[in-house]
Amino acid sequence: MYTLTSLTKTYSQPKRTVTALNGVDLTIPDGQLVAIQGPTGGGKSTLLQMLGALDRPTSGSIALRGDDLSTLGEAKLATIRASEIGFVFQGFNLIPTLTALENVEMALVPAGVSAQERVHRATQALESVGLGERATHLPNELSGGQQQRVAIARALVKNPKVLLADEPTGNLDEQTRDEIMDLLEGLWRDQNLTVVIVTHDSAVAKRAERRLRIANGTISELA
Amino acid sequence: MFGTYLRRELIGRRKQTIIIAIGMALAIALVIIVNSVSAGVRNAQTTVLQSVYGVGTDITVSQAATPPTEGGTDGPGQRFDFGADAGATTDGSTTVATSRLEAGRGTTTFAASDLDKVTALQGVSGAAGTLALTNTTFDGELPDFSQMQAPGATGSDSGTGTDSGTGTDTGTAPQGGADGAGGSSFNVDSFTVLGLDPAADAVGPLSAVTLTDGRGLEASDTGTDNAVLDATYATANDLATGDTFDIGGTTFTVVGIVGATGSDAETASNVYIPLDRAQAISGLTDQISTISVQASSSTEIAAVKAAIEKDLPDATVSTQEDLASSVSGSLSSASGLVSSLGTWLSIIVLAAAFLIAILFTISGVSRRTREFGTLKAIGWSNRRIVGQVAGESVVQSLIGGAVGVAVGLLGVVVVNLFAPTLTASASASAGGGMPGGAPGAAGSGGGSGAGDAAANLPAGGFGGGQAAASTTDVVLNAPVTPLIIVIAVALAVVGGLLAGAIGGWRASRLRPAEALRSVG
Repeated sequence: MYTLTSLTKTYSQPKRTVTALNGVDLTIPDGQLVAIQGPTGGGKSTLLQMLGALDRPTSGSIALRGDDLSTLGEAKLATIRASEIGFVFQGFNLIPTLTALENVEMALVPAGVSAQERVHRATQALESVGLGERATHLPNELSGGQQQRVAIARALVKNPKVLLADEPTGNLDEQTRDEIMDLLEGLWRDQNLTVVIVTHDSAVAKRAERRLRIANGTISELA
Repeated sequence: MFGTYLRRELIGRRKQTIIIAIGMALAIALVIIVNSVSAGVRNAQTTVLQSVYGVGTDITVSQAATPPTEGGTDGPGQRFDFGADAGATTDGSTTVATSRLEAGRGTTTFAASDLDKVTALQGVSGAAGTLALTNTTFDGELPDFSQMQAPGATGSDSGTGTDSGTGTDTGTAPQGGADGAGGSSFNVDSFTVLGLDPAADAVGPLSAVTLTDGRGLEASDTGTDNAVLDATYATANDLATGDTFDIGGTTFTVVGIVGATGSDAETASNVYIPLDRAQAISGLTDQISTISVQASSSTEIAAVKAAIEKDLPDATVSTQEDLASSVSGSLSSASGLVSSLGTWLSIIVLAAAFLIAILFTISGVSRRTREFGTLKAIGWSNRRIVGQVAGESVVQSLIGGAVGVAVGLLGVVVVNLFAPTLTASASASAGGGMPGGAPGAAGSGGGSGAGDAAANLPAGGFGGGQAAASTTDVVLNAPVTPLIIVIAVALAVVGGLLAGAIGGWRASRLRPAEALRSVG
């Protein structure tokens, strides 16, 4: 469960200070599928980075299952990212020189999983997203949808508690978008994940059980 | 995974890998070639120096040469005096001949007891004293000056053999002489003689020679008139083992012929004789001109040198390093080229290779900002990312290092195939003069009066190369030692670690959120 209390994030620029998040109070229970919408520059991605322990708030606190992410050291944050949080990015962010299988394996390296176990689990993860036969392909040999499936397999191979997705369908056509959303929705249900999706796409947002809107650094619930 | 990721990155970013590897390979190859050639030049210098000072000589002790004075008749300057009754007179011509053994031109002798002081020093494993001498032979024909004596003339003036027509009170025109008309003709010849202790063969000039005929000097030769000749000198003078020849008016027997080891150079002297005989004939009793010293270990050389300088404050003490500076000729040029241009070129290319590796690594980290941001997002620690970047960098440099070692060895092989011949001259403190064997001087007129005839040779005009002087043709052979390979590989690792450390530091400073945000 996430608990955000008076969460504020500001960025100092040469002539002004930009407030990306302004005193956000929010609770996300375990196992919830949440969609966050809002205009560009409204603070969506900043909020997602806070949830993913990728950045620290300027003030306030953010706790994940009791750990205050705003005060933990970098090594501890890396451990939390390695074990509890899975990321899916709009641009897929696969390592271009590694095969699909190796890209998935990379998520198990920080956990110290043995090479044999890594291959086994990565193969299973690829099969779960329907890419078992593409394991040896490089990213540039895969379509956008396939690359995003590899990214989802990489995010889920470590059995995280939370899956954070930043515009996961932003670079995909409608059919592929729906396929990816079907996949994410199925995984959410099967694995009891907490899923937070940042999206501009209302069709995607409508599939979430809870919708939030963030604008000018403040957050509100959507019906 | 580290190895797989590393291998895929190096193959996937082939261009960067190749550029870094080529830069490193060039630098490493140059380091190997320069080091190898430098070692070859050092070996060549050692060969030259050994032909002069002998194998195992770490230090030489001599005394600063006294500058010759022009026309001087004292000191080591050659001077021949003939009495009124000197020579045999027949048909109006007087034939004179004499031979003198003197200290070599520019050589200062000192007490042989200094050898005992040096031998007694701590860190000295062996020492031998030598006496560098020059034997000068003067022979020729003079007119019979008794024919020219005017009535009443006292003949008290001395004529100068090389001057002509200076007489002012001539009687009848002179007859006889070399040309039958009152002229004179002289031959002056010289060769170098080194007196050494026949019992001390471990240190000193004879320790570096190879016996080509007969035998060397032995302890039993002490006090005998036995001599060993340099092979080149023996050939030039048609002397062989068993022959006899004159040194300072004493007849010596040739017991052996020696040549320089490892080259076709002349040895340190034309003739080698027992030290006691050299001292006796030259009149330099209990005198020596050089002490060759062998230190017990290379680390003792500096201390031994300091101790000698303290005990013998007037002495000139030279180590092999000091002596190397006395080597001249194309070997000296090669040495200078290697030590200056070669070394600096190596440093510059090495620095450029390191810089290329660093810049490309930093550039690679910048290009991979999103990749590292993603790795951080999926839980990779800074340390793991730094290790990955450093590992890639070290392997790139090692590839370059391996190629560089191969190219460097190939370069050394090429150098050895061409095997350039270098000419070198080494001269010790005794210095040298004009080549010996100057032609005789002829005068067409007669001197005034009979009196005594004296021939003064201009100081510094003769004497030839002194005992410690040698010209050598040395074939440059560039050796490759395991140490050079180890240094080359170590340099590659250092270059890789340096580039990896800087690149890794850059990567570690990337904040994951900013890394992901910067590329959208």
